[in-house]
Amino acid sequence: MDWSALKLSLQLAACTVLILLPLGIWAGHALAAYHFRGKAWVEALLALPLVLPPTVLGYYLLVMMGGASPIGQFYESVFGRPLVFSFEGLLLASVIFNIPFAIQPMQRGFEAIAPEVRDAAACCGLTRWRTLWRIELPLAWPGILSAVVLTFAHTLGEFGVVLMVGGSIPGETKTIAIAIYDRVQAFDTAGAGVMSAALLVISLIAIGAAYFTTSHTRSRRHG
Amino acid sequence: MAEQGIHVRLQQSGPIPLDAELRCAPGEVLALVGPSGSGKTTILRAIAGLLRVRHGLIHCNGDRWFDDERHLWVEARRRRVGYVFQNYALFPHLSALHNVMEAMLELPVVERERRARDVLARVRLAGLENRVPAALSGGQQQRVAVARALAREPQVLLLDEPFSAVDRATRQRLYRELAELRRELAMPVILVTHDLDEAMMLADRMCVLHQGRTLQSGDPYAVMTRPHTVEVAQLVGLRNVFRAGVVGHDVERKVTIIEWRRHRLEARLQPDFRAGQQVTWAIPQGHLVLHRRDRPSRGERENPVSGTVLEYLPLGENVALTVAVNGPDRPPLFLTVPVHTARRNNIAQGVEIRVSLLAEGIHLMPADESRTPAKPG
Repeated sequence: MDWSALKLSLQLAACTVLILLPLGIWAGHALAAYHFRGKAWVEALLALPLVLPPTVLGYYLLVMMGGASPIGQFYESVFGRPLVFSFEGLLLASVIFNIPFAIQPMQRGFEAIAPEVRDAAACCGLTRWRTLWRIELPLAWPGILSAVVLTFAHTLGEFGVVLMVGGSIPGETKTIAIAIYDRVQAFDTAGAGVMSAALLVISLIAIGAAYFTTSHTRSRRHG
Repeated sequence: MAEQGIHVRLQQSGPIPLDAELRCAPGEVLALVGPSGSGKTTILRAIAGLLRVRHGLIHCNGDRWFDDERHLWVEARRRRVGYVFQNYALFPHLSALHNVMEAMLELPVVERERRARDVLARVRLAGLENRVPAALSGGQQQRVAVARALAREPQVLLLDEPFSAVDRATRQRLYRELAELRRELAMPVILVTHDLDEAMMLADRMCVLHQGRTLQSGDPYAVMTRPHTVEVAQLVGLRNVFRAGVVGHDVERKVTIIEWRRHRLEARLQPDFRAGQQVTWAIPQGHLVLHRRDRPSRGERENPVSGTVLEYLPLGENVALTVAVNGPDRPPLFLTVPVHTARRNNIAQGVEIRVSLLAEGIHLMPADESRTPAKPG
């Protein structure tokens, strides 16, 4: 069992969730509550990582973050080291390829709130912040929880993009998915099996907990 | 001194056309009635600040909430409006108590809870404060919605078809409760409904809307029995609408005489119409009296007409009769009588009956060719 790979994967998943949670709430809420020109194109762009092969996405991210790109150069001038093949680069890639997994469930969660409930909040004198905090977030909670779990589990299991952008540097970019691949390549099926089982259990627990919490919330609300 | 109550004038050509003006005094219940899509809810939403209309003004107790000429627009949360939505729009994850408390955020928490409990007790929900909406019946949910609307101490109370989502028995109980509650309310109350009986029961005044236009306002009974136009007559459900010519007026007897088909009918004196003028006239069903066969009936000498029953349609305790007067090809007279009356008088399809048209109920309107029903006469 490669504990450092597991720890790195958990760290990456947690950081991705922490970044995408506020971003997803903001974008999901905006997409659910407002209609604007070009909304369909924005939604299509955000859903793109779902349909692109991970290697294609990984390639573009590699180009975007490489030393020849403005982003890569800016990062290197500030931090004195390249963005690609670093944990930070991996995190940026992880945030980008998880956008649809975070935003879409949250958007559906906000869309499920009846418009009259928002109107009622306004007529009660609630500010937008209060409405978001007290009314919309609790009601969109199942969607937000789904987004968190999906993002977390998807980050743990992502392989193609991680390999393209991060390589396989132990302790820096070698995630558990890469470690499993390495073990299989080295004919260590027992090691690969243990790590695969660990990934399976963690993912199952996360998704199971999300389903349980969501159904519990629904049954409380619907009597 | 600032005008008390609410004054609303809204105009726009689209997307929802509006040309409406209404006033409602403190303590008064104004019913907005009209068919689906007539703009009733749109007006309520504009008053609440949930919808911005192009032109117009909304003044409430001296406060200006909207005035397009002054580019003034007060957002919904800054207007003190109590709004009871059609499906109540309660916050489903909050208890009845917290639903009400959310409407009083300017108060300290302790005071908020005390007041919320008071308001809930006022709508007879004491003991159910901790239940979430899903654990309450439809009638109880409606009461929470009313309590939440009142908790804000609103300057105007808006009720959007508040009885449409409950069963009939609950509705009857809620009518009584609202009738009792309204005696304590000092603010204008605007009730949106498509149920004319509801409007008659609960409202002091009624305003008929069609395609975003306010057509007539006034005492509900007056609007229902004395519509200004054929359009209003049709909207308030008057089915007996015909065309006639004015013969003249007998001021001493306080009657106006009209000629309808081959009958000379006496109507309540309506001197605004001159002799020889073509008019449309209407009569509510309550002013039609069926003559008994076995003995004289009350008012049978008042405008008697005879006709043949074209259709006999039992509807619960009543029977709806369609009666051809002066031939089956002309618009018939519609009449509803109790089943026992129909049976006692052996009424059936094809039978000849006599009916009196009570003069007090005959209401004249300007002839409006474009809006009279097909084949009037």
